[in-house]
Amino acid sequence: MTTASHFLPKEAGISTLRAGAVPARSGLGLKPGHFRTILVTRPDLGFFEIHAENYMVDGGPFHHYLTQIRRDYALSIHGVGLSIGGEGPLDEEHLDRLASLISRYEPQSFSEHLAWSSHGDIFLNDLLPAPYNPATLQRVCDHIDRVHERLDRRMLLENPATYVEFAASTLAETDFISEVVKRTGCGLLLDVNNVYVSCNNHGRDPQAFIEALPLAAAAQIHLAGFADDVDAAGAPLLIDSHGAPIAQAVWDLYRYTLERTGPLPTLIERDNDIPAFPVLLAEAQQAEKRLQTCRVEVAA
Amino acid sequence: MSQQDFAAALLDPDLPAPAGLAAWNGSDPAQRFRVYRNNVIVSLIDALADTFEVTLELVGEEFFRAIARLYAYACPPQSRLMAFYGAGFPDFIESFPPAAGLPYLADVARLEYRRIVAYHAADVPGVGAEAVAAALADEATLPTLGMTLHPSLSVVVSTSAVVSLWAAHQGILDLSTVAPDAPETALILRHGLNVEVLQIPAAVGAFLCELQAGASLGRAAAEAMSIDTDFNLVSILGLLLQKSAITALNPTRSPT
Repeated sequence: MTTASHFLPKEAGISTLRAGAVPARSGLGLKPGHFRTILVTRPDLGFFEIHAENYMVDGGPFHHYLTQIRRDYALSIHGVGLSIGGEGPLDEEHLDRLASLISRYEPQSFSEHLAWSSHGDIFLNDLLPAPYNPATLQRVCDHIDRVHERLDRRMLLENPATYVEFAASTLAETDFISEVVKRTGCGLLLDVNNVYVSCNNHGRDPQAFIEALPLAAAAQIHLAGFADDVDAAGAPLLIDSHGAPIAQAVWDLYRYTLERTGPLPTLIERDNDIPAFPVLLAEAQQAEKRLQTCRVEVAA
Repeated sequence: MSQQDFAAALLDPDLPAPAGLAAWNGSDPAQRFRVYRNNVIVSLIDALADTFEVTLELVGEEFFRAIARLYAYACPPQSRLMAFYGAGFPDFIESFPPAAGLPYLADVARLEYRRIVAYHAADVPGVGAEAVAAALADEATLPTLGMTLHPSLSVVVSTSAVVSLWAAHQGILDLSTVAPDAPETALILRHGLNVEVLQIPAAVGAFLCELQAGASLGRAAAEAMSIDTDFNLVSILGLLLQKSAITALNPTRSPT
């Protein structure tokens, strides 16, 4: 790999804006079913986001279309497989693949999850929770330090949607994330839907939760739809399904968040039951309106 | 809780939920853990359903999801690259007694998996007709001349009508006209951005497999001729050139 000369020298520190920033506009996840529509219609969007692992293939249509789309749009690369919360060491081969992908497409942003997704030889293909305690904190910080070192750029860490808590947790999720941000210098990918889902699932106040996050480090927002379930006591249990339109309560929490952060790049996530492109574009435009309003309010 | 326990319980529905889970309202956390269990298994089954679309259509949703569930628990992914999950699924189908009445099923699944591999294979340009013609005309190098084929190219040899069954499910062919037990050989390759599935004579399949294994053109052709004396070298080379599927001409160690 020939990425070394591409990144800033070590003494320059971690580069946030090496390839410019993702604009504080709305963006969409890039879906193969929409490649051609995007190239033909050139929708007015701030950026596209890809899941890193989907593009870790040798060639073919994915790279063909992404290369063309990248010429005209900012790009966010979002990893789902690094297992930053994992007990084991990071997979160095996977980091190499990430470095290679980042070198190829020069995304404005790279993000991953506060979660684990693999154990031993097995990839579990889900974002799994870890207890919030000093041991996990140390591990997560070590892993993010390693990501920063290997990729030579600042990553954003996404707050998770969770369904269980742990008896072994000694820290609030917001304190845990704040400490990770403080120790590693990583940014926050604030998933507003995850905040809403997790707060519902664990009896917390979503607005207070937002207030307690390290908002100064927030660099991107995710919005998505959830599904409804119930727990053993019959209490509502929300599932981060990425398979439905964004709920009104999440739009409201988004507005509440923007009032505190100012305009931030905002991704509409949809990974299941993917509708026609115009439907997603309409949701992105809805987010764009909130961002405009927010800009006006900030200016005033 | 260790992640070992958590992961083990995710992949074995008969195990209890891991110890150390909690819920704010005192509800049984095992019920909440089921969300993770469900997410994992459903995502794996869905990934297989995406790759093996025709296999699913051939057996129906319920049967497919049942066998996919068994496979996912027995062979969870060992790679973070989910596009290639299911490499062992065709073999699993073949050894699955309830599918024994559908002898074509495993080969259709093989064809579908090779299509995924072809779709994501490296982009390598083909060599031109002039270069091939020149190599064939050079008597000094011809005896050991070999060919590198495009990385997307593969052959599925079947005792069933894999290509026709697959084509019928693309709406290319009427399923009622397909005799499932007629042996067919499939050629899968990507030409430009499109993955193509072609039915080829068994001798052509053998020829391509020999080339891929590193045999010289002469030896591969001889192998094909031993299967079918009508094997037409010019015609298959024409097809490979048309599909930009010859990516290098190189000497091999095997003489003609």
